Amino acid sequence: MTSSALPVLTASDFASDQDVRWCPGCGDYAILAQMKKTLAQVGASQENTVFISGIGCSSRFPYYMNTYGMHSIHGRAPAVATGLKVARPDLNVWVITGDGDGLSIGGNHLIHAIRRNLDINIILFNNRIYGLTKGQYSPTSPLGKVTKSSPVGAIDNPLHPLSIAIGAEASFVARSIDVNIKHLGMVLKRASEHRGTSFVEVYQNCLVFNDGAFSHTTDRATKSDATLELEHGKPMIFGKNREKGIRLNGMDPEVVELGKGITEDDLLFHDEQAPEPTLAYLLSRMNYPEFPEPIGVYRAIDQPRYDALINEQVEEVTKAKGEGSLEKLFHSGETWTIQ
Amino acid sequence: MSTTTKSAKPVCDLDSATVRFCGDSGDGMQLAGTELTNTSAIVGNDIATLPDFPAEIRAPRGTKAGVSGFQLHFASKEIYTPGDSVDALVAMNPAALATNLDDLVPGGILVVNSSEFQSKELAQAGYDVNPLEDGSLDGYQLFTVDMTKITRAAVDGLGLSVKEADRCRNFFAMGLVYWLYDRPLDPTLRFIERKFGKKPAVAEANRRTLKAGYHFGETSEAFDSQYRVARAELPPGTYRNITGNEATAMGLVTASKQSATPLFYGTYPITPASDILHELAKHKNFGVRTFQAEDEIAAMTSVVGAAFAGAMSVTGSSGPGIALKGEAIGLAVMTELPMIVVNVQRGGPSTGLPTKTEQADLLQAMFGRNGECPLPVIAARSPADCFDCAQEAWRLAVEYMTPVILLTDGYIANGSEPWRIPAIDELPKIEVKHPGPIANGKPFHPYARNERLARPWAIPGTPGLMHRLGGLEKQDVTGNVSYDPANHQRMVNLRQRKVAGIAQDLPPQAVDGPESGRLLVVGWGGTFGALATATRRMRARGESVAHVHLRYLNPFPANLRDILSNYDKVLVPELNLGQLRMLLRSEFLVDAVGLNKVQGKPFSVGEVVEKIGDMLGTSIPRQATATTST
Repeated sequence: MTSSALPVLTASDFASDQDVRWCPGCGDYAILAQMKKTLAQVGASQENTVFISGIGCSSRFPYYMNTYGMHSIHGRAPAVATGLKVARPDLNVWVITGDGDGLSIGGNHLIHAIRRNLDINIILFNNRIYGLTKGQYSPTSPLGKVTKSSPVGAIDNPLHPLSIAIGAEASFVARSIDVNIKHLGMVLKRASEHRGTSFVEVYQNCLVFNDGAFSHTTDRATKSDATLELEHGKPMIFGKNREKGIRLNGMDPEVVELGKGITEDDLLFHDEQAPEPTLAYLLSRMNYPEFPEPIGVYRAIDQPRYDALINEQVEEVTKAKGEGSLEKLFHSGETWTIQ
Repeated sequence: MSTTTKSAKPVCDLDSATVRFCGDSGDGMQLAGTELTNTSAIVGNDIATLPDFPAEIRAPRGTKAGVSGFQLHFASKEIYTPGDSVDALVAMNPAALATNLDDLVPGGILVVNSSEFQSKELAQAGYDVNPLEDGSLDGYQLFTVDMTKITRAAVDGLGLSVKEADRCRNFFAMGLVYWLYDRPLDPTLRFIERKFGKKPAVAEANRRTLKAGYHFGETSEAFDSQYRVARAELPPGTYRNITGNEATAMGLVTASKQSATPLFYGTYPITPASDILHELAKHKNFGVRTFQAEDEIAAMTSVVGAAFAGAMSVTGSSGPGIALKGEAIGLAVMTELPMIVVNVQRGGPSTGLPTKTEQADLLQAMFGRNGECPLPVIAARSPADCFDCAQEAWRLAVEYMTPVILLTDGYIANGSEPWRIPAIDELPKIEVKHPGPIANGKPFHPYARNERLARPWAIPGTPGLMHRLGGLEKQDVTGNVSYDPANHQRMVNLRQRKVAGIAQDLPPQAVDGPESGRLLVVGWGGTFGALATATRRMRARGESVAHVHLRYLNPFPANLRDILSNYDKVLVPELNLGQLRMLLRSEFLVDAVGLNKVQGKPFSVGEVVEKIGDMLGTSIPRQATATTST
């Protein structure tokens, strides 16, 4: 391994020797496959990559990767990753979380990791249900969702994961879909390349407890009306024949038909680099069937990174004061000598 | 007491003196006490301090709830406690007088700022009549001084507002006490320059009031003598004054340097532990990274992450924060990563008494996690001992690959004592080893163990050693997830044996006093000063009393069982309802008796002496227990 030739790794080099134990047909398999491909593509090394997860089905992810990893405790993965990245900014750190892990028990850590903008990637598998505990409603379950813990319908107003991330000053926000593998691969690659915290929501199907939660975005019949693929600098066009678009009416978006006096120039153009998060936030609030749900990169801006800043401070102070000497430290302040 | 003359007034020599400043929490009493402490340390006295302040930053002015105090005991011999009672009390307002007068010895010196004794302030303190005028203070040497008036006059012409001028009154009180106890002004003048140098008017005002206080003592006819406490005969060396929290921070920096492992301190602000963070944040040039997390849980889990990364990982908190960290400490036990959890104990339960001391988190440290979750627990006995304990905690953590809990408490964390500065070559070296790279595809066993049952500390970035840790039960040797019943039993036993095995690696427990006898006093943590003083005093009277002060609480030192069997009776004084006593009883079947106090205050020596006397059937003259001398 110490040879100077660059080892060329393939997706399979990132697979650990452990049997994958998700339910057959789980959306997690597709995400795992794309992750391995992405790491090979971006030239990641096994030993410098670390996956940190919390608790939940998605959080078994690190066991299946032939990298360093920690399956930590419920909701705390972003905080574990923060300590890791601060201590070792040289590592590529990925956080794997879910809608319950990241937005309920771990909501506090998620928003603070995002606002600190450490150079880590947070992938939130959103299946809108608690799978590992066998089917309770989650913070992203829609109102009225009937589950074991909400037999007459959930009455908690659901969260929009991307709105939370944007509200927490995220520098990179994106969304993709488990089975849309090409798109997912592109989004993971973009996340990997972004310097700062990348927050990615992946629509993920739970076959057992919440099958079809995102079928509108994956079924052949509806997906072109239900999703809008964002591209930087391009107008927001969607529909089977790319016949529809998003236009701004006052402060609200609206769906318009192209033609009939409406041209592409009348549409909203995507700008993932907009300094203010207003547009990204507006997009994060668009829900089917009133709107198509945007997928792709909502926001990608350059912001100061906590892991870089904390280590710069160490360097600057060391430069100014000289490397720490215990002798000097002990004798700082008033001293006296007894013969 | 001998009397000599210096300048105009006679000087009386004393072995020791205990002084307490008390006033409103905005009156600068902590600063006054700290400066008197540093000055006394610099002139060579042994010192012990007891800062005592309310949980509210600014309780309503003039109320009893807002009284803040700082007590200093300085002596010409070795002392271990801040004194049971006070020889000189400085009270800045009626509330301070009302809440502190009981601790002043009969005939003691009482300096009162008379300007605050107006009807409103008197009523707030519960006085119907002015105690300065009704003769109720006749049993003391009462000196009333209108500090407000004199201070305002002293700073006249500097352009300070009335409010700013009044803020200098603590310097007047300091100056007066400095004269009274023949202390030099230089250290405090240097402090003023360091602290206020950028605000020349404020610096000058403080200088003037300090000197005004000093000169007032010298020239006012009210004071007819000065007192002097000679330098103490301490072991040779260079000394500085140190608080427990400073010592903990310095011990951590030292351990980091001595193990060549950069320090990561992940924490969340909490009284009385925050000063460790403040101190460490200053030492970035030692490679120290301090992380102020969003909450206690994040602080602990960030430390787990940094430990995985290969850093010297430490968190600090107090009881309520440790409760929140419990699950993550369990993760640290399960992942068998080295780290330190410092608990600066305070009064509990729940929010409890945030600024007051207690020792009631021992059982939390031992058992406050789900499942069988053993880890080493050690406790510091004094402010300076925190320095050694921090290093020892890191040694145990890396040698045994385990989180270690270090217990200190509010009393030693905020209290200070002279610390003999160690030579660098006296400091223990701590060896940290990480396994090196192996060829990819070769098996790596993250849960293989050495002779101490410690697993290897393989860190990310090392080729070939990729492995996954986690909170799920681990298969022995491979570290893969395992639900096998027999494996779980094996792993629970292994984790327990690993920690229990540390006992073989500990220095034998020392005994102060006879090796066998009538009574053994067993203590731990910040009660050391009171217990050492009480047991020595009893021995000086010919009583057969020994003292054992435990640093290692889990596991106990290997020879503790034998020690306990060498005495007729065992007394365990604790600032809780009997937590160490419960552990000793269950471990050794010893019929230990408790002396238990939970008042947010340390033991007085008198209390301990009295209890020992009761147990030995010796009557102790009341007066002897009330004295401040040691």
